[in-house]
Amino acid sequence: MRRFEYHRADTLEQASRLLTDLGDDTFLFNGGTDLLVEIRERLRRVRHVVDIKQIPGLSDITYDETRGLTFGALVTVGRLENLALVRQRYPNLRAAFASLGSIQVRNRATVVGNVCRASPSADTIPPLIADGAFIHIYSRTNMRVVPLAEFFTGPGKTVLAKGEIVTGITVPPAGDNAGKAYLKHGRRKAMELSTVGVAVSLTMEDGLCNDIRIALGAVGATVLRAPEAEAMLRGTALDAVTVKNAADKAMEECTPISNVRASADYRRDMVGVLTGRAIKQALEAFA
Amino acid sequence: MKRIVELIINGEPRDMTVDSCRSLLDALRDDVGLTGTKKGCDVGDCGACTVIVDGEPVNACLMLAVEAEGRTVETIEGLQPGVDVLHPLQDAFMRYGASQCGFCTPGILMMAKKLLDDNPRPTDEDIRFGLSGNICRCTGYTKIFDAIKAAAIEMEAARS
Ligand SMILES: Cc1cc2nc3c(=O)[nH]c(=O)nc-3n(C[C@@H](O)[C@@H](O)[C@H](O)COP(=O)(O)OP(=O)(O)OC[C@H]3O[C@@H](n4cnc5c(N)ncnc54)[C@H](O)[C@@H]3O)c2cc1C
Ligand code: FES
Ligand code: FES
Repeated sequence: MRRFEYHRADTLEQASRLLTDLGDDTFLFNGGTDLLVEIRERLRRVRHVVDIKQIPGLSDITYDETRGLTFGALVTVGRLENLALVRQRYPNLRAAFASLGSIQVRNRATVVGNVCRASPSADTIPPLIADGAFIHIYSRTNMRVVPLAEFFTGPGKTVLAKGEIVTGITVPPAGDNAGKAYLKHGRRKAMELSTVGVAVSLTMEDGLCNDIRIALGAVGATVLRAPEAEAMLRGTALDAVTVKNAADKAMEECTPISNVRASADYRRDMVGVLTGRAIKQALEAFA
Repeated sequence: MKRIVELIINGEPRDMTVDSCRSLLDALRDDVGLTGTKKGCDVGDCGACTVIVDGEPVNACLMLAVEAEGRTVETIEGLQPGVDVLHPLQDAFMRYGASQCGFCTPGILMMAKKLLDDNPRPTDEDIRFGLSGNICRCTGYTKIFDAIKAAAIEMEAARS
């Protein structure tokens, strides 16, 4: 493995200072499941890593009916996956968590790390965006909360400035009128990155769709919303014809590329298929 | 930079002097001399390096040795309850021929141990889900499943 120095930060401020003081090839080290692989496969030049796992206060998970679900930067995918609350209220998140890597990986990988890596195919991002999640950012000068949908600027790129650290994520509460789904499509079921991932979160009132968000993974430079498809669905009963037309629209709205996992055309087709299926699955909450 | 890491390995307090960029896997194999844990891919894909840290299975290749400071690590060498006594899983793996080249076996045994500790009567689906991070290129998995199910029954019988 390429050599690098390991630093352990005890506070956010110290971690932030290390990030700015140690120079460009310095990265926060959380679960390390992306970072260590990238170092070993020489995909990223790393001179220093700053371990944040000793910093107090970043491991909490809380839920209340007004604020929703908040979890800290150190919370692993595995911990959230096994939470009864997540199974019951956020089946979309639960599906994404349980599909990420293996049990061994999920015991180390954090959701915040998955988000900060900003891969277009990251499994946790589509359902978090569809749910309207917010991300909490620590900065020595300018702490802020940003809608997750505005966090990404490109593959591997985010709005984080040097020295900024994500402290946690808040997902709005899941009401009784909410339906949610995340469908991951890959070449095999386990240990596979997404070829396409589609998340749908919707609310129904008197048989009509009040609101809906569709988030598409692995078919663009970042995870994408499908705003035109969403507009076609709002206010309708989500009947088969409307859903089909909206799914076709989502196919037009995405911008997939071809790579080793699939061609652009195949990805586009799968967006159509999975968008329809995800809406159907989200509606099962009301059956 | 070298660091001294104090930890508990298979019930015994140990210290290892390691480079801060060394993986727990390399430290266990090359510094501590516990070569039962295997290196298949070194990037989290195969599960051959599975060890149990503070009760949870992880890929030793995806953890730094310095992160093991103060923790409890269980490796395949600690699975045997005593000299010349095998864990029921090890015994079943031998009887069922669940190991061929054996490279995946230590990781699979550690994962299966955790699975049965949490869930003494797993369904086929539970076993499939539990072992989805462990790749075996030889056995086709059927014998592994059979051995785990047999061990589960024996362990249950031994408890009652
Ligand atoms: C075998 C294997 C299978 C996988 N399968 C999947 C899969 O199916 N789906 C999927 O989506 N992913 C998959 N992954 C990747 C997944 O494990 C990672 O994306 C993980 O969630 C990242 O979290 P981490 O805590 O390990 O991050 P790290 O590797 O520690 O960090 C990742 C990046 O985020 C930055 N970072 C971490 N924490 C913060 C913070 N608090 N503030 C700012 N920046 C931060 C780091 O500097 C780094 O750039 C897989 C990985 C492996 C090894
Ligand atoms: S060697 Fe660690 S998962 Fe393959
Ligand atoms: S027995 Fe050879 S890899 Fe499993």
